[in-house]
Amino acid sequence: MTLWREIREAVKGLYSLAVGMKITGKEFAKPWITTRYPWKTVDNLSTYFGHVELVPGAEDPGETSCIACGICAKNCPSSAITVKAAPSVEEPAAEGEKKKKARKKPGVFLVDFSLCSLCGQCVEGCPQDALRFSRHVYWAVMDRKNLTVDLLDRLAKAGGAKAGGNAGLPDA
Amino acid sequence: MNLGPITIPWELIRIVVALVAILLFIVVNAGLVLVYLERKIAGFIQRRPGPYEVGPHGSLQLIVDGVKLLGKELHTPACGDKLLFWAAPILAFTPIPLLFLPMPFARNLVGLDSELGMVLILAFAGLNVLALCLAGWGSFNKWSLLGAIRSVSQAVAYEIPLLLTVLSVVLMAGTLKLSTIVEGQGTWPWQWYWLRQPLGFCVFFVCMLAETNRAPFDLPEAESELAAGFHTEYSGLGFGIFFLSEYAAMIVGSSVCVTLFLGGWQGPFLPGFIWFVAKVYALLLTMMWIRWTFPRVRFDQLLTISWRWLIPLSLLNLVATAFFMKL
Repeated sequence: MTLWREIREAVKGLYSLAVGMKITGKEFAKPWITTRYPWKTVDNLSTYFGHVELVPGAEDPGETSCIACGICAKNCPSSAITVKAAPSVEEPAAEGEKKKKARKKPGVFLVDFSLCSLCGQCVEGCPQDALRFSRHVYWAVMDRKNLTVDLLDRLAKAGGAKAGGNAGLPDA
Repeated sequence: MNLGPITIPWELIRIVVALVAILLFIVVNAGLVLVYLERKIAGFIQRRPGPYEVGPHGSLQLIVDGVKLLGKELHTPACGDKLLFWAAPILAFTPIPLLFLPMPFARNLVGLDSELGMVLILAFAGLNVLALCLAGWGSFNKWSLLGAIRSVSQAVAYEIPLLLTVLSVVLMAGTLKLSTIVEGQGTWPWQWYWLRQPLGFCVFFVCMLAETNRAPFDLPEAESELAAGFHTEYSGLGFGIFFLSEYAAMIVGSSVCVTLFLGGWQGPFLPGFIWFVAKVYALLLTMMWIRWTFPRVRFDQLLTISWRWLIPLSLLNLVATAFFMKL
């Protein structure tokens, strides 16, 4: 039976070879990612990765789709994120209907940027895609404590500000 | 042809003309077109342009690279065997035009339509192994020697399933003459031998990849990227000749595969030569595609594939072919 198992594994292996060929075949047809420097240049800001921030909601830019599940905090290898759910507000049930479970919202969302390594595990792990990298450039502080970002505060201030910008905040 | 006291036989003139044409074919294809295609395909698969600056879309890059290789100093290791050291690249390249002689490029376009064409090719392809040995030994470098030993071991291991697969096709076709084998296949793809010997085709292709030190089996030459391989000590033109002979060997292998399994010059509507070149290029492009897809195979895995899988499979293929021939 070991021979049979070996043959089965070999066939599975051959199938994986075919899958690999298909992937590279598709990549062949995709456009180039590199830039022909110095004839063409890349502007510094459009690829800048700052600290993470909450993605403003589609309908209400002041609201986030975060459900305070804590996956980002668990994934972070540096334990830089602190998330706490807001105390839930139960809506009174209508006559004869079941009580709807209220959607959780974050009450506290802090990112300690002095520990963050910009690995992106929080962004990748979020089931709601509620996190993204901001473009908070030219940020310098005098005290380590000032490197902690309050994301809910930032989102509230951003409101309808343009996507990925510095949220209109002064660089201080 | 009668030149007074000397009579030059017609066959000799034919062979010389064929050799010149073949050398032109090899140098243009292997040296210029193939290496350019390789670098471009590698680039596109990696989402980048490849050579782009020199000439339109980098087409003149190879010529410039050739000039660069020519301009380098030809250094010989001081304590090594000078004769063997410089014999190696010459020995690696010289059999290649010879291997193209019995190959039918079109219906009447054969250099030397020998009755033993297949044996000629297999015999001279074995000289590559000797060239590797000489290169490793003459370099006076421990790791070059080890690299050469490994590549010899690889070449020998993959020679066996190659021979067995070729034997199956020859058994089926009944002749060693390459032009007869091609004529035995039909015009359309379903009449070629690859459908009658599907296992043989796959095994032959894999063996061809390993024989030319190509694709996932390129441990000997990759080692020179890292530390040592059989051609580490060669500078400039010595390396250039090894490089050229590797690509020329690729073309030879693809041509043999096309002749045996893919119907040679047979094809609908277009003249034979165009079909032959098209099929050879299809195989070459597949080889390049494979190279930029798979990681390198570890040396013991390489030999395992040959001794534990390919040889039993090709033996099975041979026995099955003999069985069905008898029926």
